[in-house]
Amino acid sequence: MNRDEIIEKINGFLVDEFEVEPEVIEPEANLKETLDLDSLDYVDLVVEIESNFGFKVNPEDFVGINTFQDFYEYVIQKAEAV
Amino acid sequence: MNRVVITGIGIYSCIGRNLEEVKDSLYHGKSGIGLDSERKNLGFRSSLTGIVERPVLKAMLNRRQRIGLAEQGEYAYMATIEAMKLANMDEEYLANENVGIIYGNDSSAKPCIEAVDTLRIKKDTALIGSGSIFQSMNSTVTMNLATIFKLKGINFTVSAACASGSHAIGLGYMMVKSGMQDKVICGGAQEVNYHSMGSFDGLGTFSIQEANPSASSRPFDKKRDGLVPSGGAATIIIESLESAKKRGANILGEVIGYGFSSNGDHISHPNIDGPARSLEMALEQAKVRAAEIAYINAHATSTLAGDLNEGKAILKVFGEKQPYLSSTKSMTGHEMWMAGASEIVYSLLMMQNGFIAPNINLEDPEDELKDLNFAFDVVEKDFDLFLSNSFGFGGTNSSLVIKKFD
Repeated sequence: MNRDEIIEKINGFLVDEFEVEPEVIEPEANLKETLDLDSLDYVDLVVEIESNFGFKVNPEDFVGINTFQDFYEYVIQKAEAV
Repeated sequence: MNRVVITGIGIYSCIGRNLEEVKDSLYHGKSGIGLDSERKNLGFRSSLTGIVERPVLKAMLNRRQRIGLAEQGEYAYMATIEAMKLANMDEEYLANENVGIIYGNDSSAKPCIEAVDTLRIKKDTALIGSGSIFQSMNSTVTMNLATIFKLKGINFTVSAACASGSHAIGLGYMMVKSGMQDKVICGGAQEVNYHSMGSFDGLGTFSIQEANPSASSRPFDKKRDGLVPSGGAATIIIESLESAKKRGANILGEVIGYGFSSNGDHISHPNIDGPARSLEMALEQAKVRAAEIAYINAHATSTLAGDLNEGKAILKVFGEKQPYLSSTKSMTGHEMWMAGASEIVYSLLMMQNGFIAPNINLEDPEDELKDLNFAFDVVEKDFDLFLSNSFGFGGTNSSLVIKKFD
């Protein structure tokens, strides 16, 4: 899976799972605020990543993730390692 | 002591998804029973079940509100918004007033089993997801509805087997009567899935008359061979008469008696004395004579022992002047944790619309019960006082007496 495919897949499950309009997803937008994530939602984000990319997120990793771009880069890096 | 009135009712069941549909089914004696072939593949003795359609809530609730709702919570949400409408209580009212919730529910097997299935495969609790815990607990209905509607009053679940819904109304009645809580959303909910019913099926107490599902639940009939599991949810909003009058609410009925007892006997086999004491206590609380009751909605589930013992208890308490009697479970199957609440809704619909629903499939009553006054067919009758019985495993009994408001 190349970068674009990974980003497309991420955006797909974010739109489905968190029920946001695709237009609100901008690389530099804030992930937490845009998706209105609370602590419980991060649990579901971990589930989605595992089911889509096959790796387990360490919840502490979310600390450094602010924007959608940060999130893409994190997943791309981890997905390559899988 | 406050008078306790009913100002809202709502229903989501296998005989209709709202009050109007359910009223028609009751009047016409329409069964909601069908087959779930998956149960047979899993080794169930019986694939008979109430068929309840899952509501689509995506347009009504946001993701976080939906994710913690188990299926019986979805049914309860649907029943509650219908009851709210009738009670003229919108979400803003519920959020700003002191309204409580007491609902009957005694299992949430499916989400529990699915969580453990995921754990066994993934070997990681973090991959179960955030909604599971809120779906899995017995209090799933009250914890979710109290959050969705931002309730500020009493908030708990009653788990009392097949009497859960009835006790929930009884406890709400006591709260309002004593003045501790002015308004309470009461009810009962029951999941409909194989996960929750396998162990019950294993006891051999379900009907196996699969050739004709609508004739399989036949309370009091000699050819009955067991109950048919079913489910859904029913909501009854109760409040003090003073509160209802102040709001100008339409009053649908008055709860005037609640009786309860424990058999102190076998865990699953019913007796006669326990139900009789519950019946007598409800009548005493209501300060009415047995002869004044016009209709009894029987607990009768279509089991061999249960129907017979309840019938004998009714003969014992009501003697010469037997009220009309029917078991709506002949149409709905046994709605278990929900039944005590749904049967109040069914009976209220009958009282409002001047008829007594038939005990369908009753062709040849047990010889010992021939003196009961069965409604074999629909009876056109105005009445203003009824009693509803609910009995459960462990010998828990609950009886409610409801009166037309005057």
